[in-house]
Amino acid sequence: MPGRGSKPTIRPNRGYGRWTPFWFLAPAVFTLFIIGIYPTIFAFVTSFRRYNIARPRDGFPFIGLENYTSVLTDGTFWASLFLTAKFYVTVLPVQIALGLMIALLLHKTGMGFLKSLARVTLVVPLATTYAVVGLIGRLIFNRDFGVANWFLDSLGIGGLDWLGSQGGAFAAIVIMDIWQWTPFCALIFLAGLSMVPGEIEEAARLETSSKWALLKHVQLPYLMPGLTALLILRSADVLKLFDMVFVMTRGGPGSATDLVSIYIQRVGFRIFDLGTASAQAILLLIITILISRLYIRVLYKEVN
Amino acid sequence: MRFSSGKILHAIGLTAVILFTLFPFYWMVSASFKTQADILASPPVWLFTPTLDHYREIFADSKVLGAVGNSLIIASATTFLAVMLGAPAAFALARYEFRGKSDLWFWFISNRMTSPIVLALPVYILALQLKMLDTHLVLILIYLTFNLPIVVWICTDQFKSIPPDLEQAARLDGADQFTIFRKIYLPLGAPGIAVSAIFSFIFSWNELLYALVLTRRDVQTAPVVATSFMSGYELPWGKIMATGTVIVLPVTIFALIVSRHMVRGLTMGATK
Repeated sequence: MPGRGSKPTIRPNRGYGRWTPFWFLAPAVFTLFIIGIYPTIFAFVTSFRRYNIARPRDGFPFIGLENYTSVLTDGTFWASLFLTAKFYVTVLPVQIALGLMIALLLHKTGMGFLKSLARVTLVVPLATTYAVVGLIGRLIFNRDFGVANWFLDSLGIGGLDWLGSQGGAFAAIVIMDIWQWTPFCALIFLAGLSMVPGEIEEAARLETSSKWALLKHVQLPYLMPGLTALLILRSADVLKLFDMVFVMTRGGPGSATDLVSIYIQRVGFRIFDLGTASAQAILLLIITILISRLYIRVLYKEVN
Repeated sequence: MRFSSGKILHAIGLTAVILFTLFPFYWMVSASFKTQADILASPPVWLFTPTLDHYREIFADSKVLGAVGNSLIIASATTFLAVMLGAPAAFALARYEFRGKSDLWFWFISNRMTSPIVLALPVYILALQLKMLDTHLVLILIYLTFNLPIVVWICTDQFKSIPPDLEQAARLDGADQFTIFRKIYLPLGAPGIAVSAIFSFIFSWNELLYALVLTRRDVQTAPVVATSFMSGYELPWGKIMATGTVIVLPVTIFALIVSRHMVRGLTMGATK
């Protein structure tokens, strides 16, 4: 390879040709280009066409910005985005609070066996196939024989038609999401807590017996990067959320659980209006890119 | 006194955590061993005589077996490709400085964030035109959009932790970059590669949206078939839960193996 001969000048990270990085990167970049970028461009082009494969006789003519104007004036699309935001602000505080409590329990000294057992079981919800989480939800929240209603009954509260009522269905997907993703928050916080240098934590424990003061003044700074990562990653995850909700409610009843990915899927693959769905997907992509930029800016400062 | 009551609270708290995380999982597994009558009982039955009927039924059902086979083929193939393509890229990102590196990082992380519905629409049209709908290949390729970034991220981290001195020594012996990658980085980075491969397998195995829209009859994956039982008037709950258990069990075991790296896999290395 040309230019490789800069001989044993002892400088780290040199001793390779200009093109060497390219050869290592090319296969991955090329592949991602074919399967990621090209379809995105295709979706972008489609978003300017009338493209309904249920009505092939219309052809696929370019119609300018018509899809975008119809999407931006489509109340259902906005409602689905709003519902997604509502879902995010409902699940996240609970996940953060519960996750922090679990992390503190796991960080506390003592209870070796029980602690390692709890630590290991946290992985189970995270690994459970999202679609199967939805199936479990259908079983647990069944109106007639679901264990959720049995639980409410034994508390003296009457049973609920969970999946058949608007509020119940939303609550049910919220609960399943909290079950699945609280462990994620717990593990991130636990990682943060273990970054607190032991001697600082011990010195602080001698100074104060208040756990709250310890958390606020000593541990919190170490939890912040994880918290930021959570806020951003969970927002992207909620925009992606499809499998569990689709299996549990298909977006219904009515539009009670019609999150944005569910709605776009329906427009694209039930109504087969791929032009409109592509415009919606491009708008969703723009939101996602803004979120990823934020993620990089906040958490990968060192890269640049 | 204070000390011991604190201990008791700690134990109660930890037990609550374990119950919370395991209950839905336990409820699925126990339903898979119940008779239909026991499943439909209200109030729910906690103690019951287990039956293997639902497992006998699904292991005799060519649809379920075929779907599990499809999932295995697709998840293994896409994982293999992700490692083959991703590990060299990770090496370049870990060891070289070049223009556009941060853009490349940004691109990789965007792939982690993007909703599959964004790609599902155009890929559906393209696959329709190329007559690739309902083939293993289309899922194997499309799953690379999230597997490749995961492999690249985790392996970059791992490769960065390999001391550069080793490379210096090899270079003085006249080794070229490819040899250095193959003889030093691949073996020393093997743990990271294995972890990233397991993640990529788990995510591919669990995926539903692409599998739902890009397959018809021949290549349905396990999650698609499991959810397809969810229609009709009288749902075969036992069969559904047995299928769910069969789907979840292997990935749970894999996840337990990589449990220490779970956070890294899910955040793409943002928090160590």
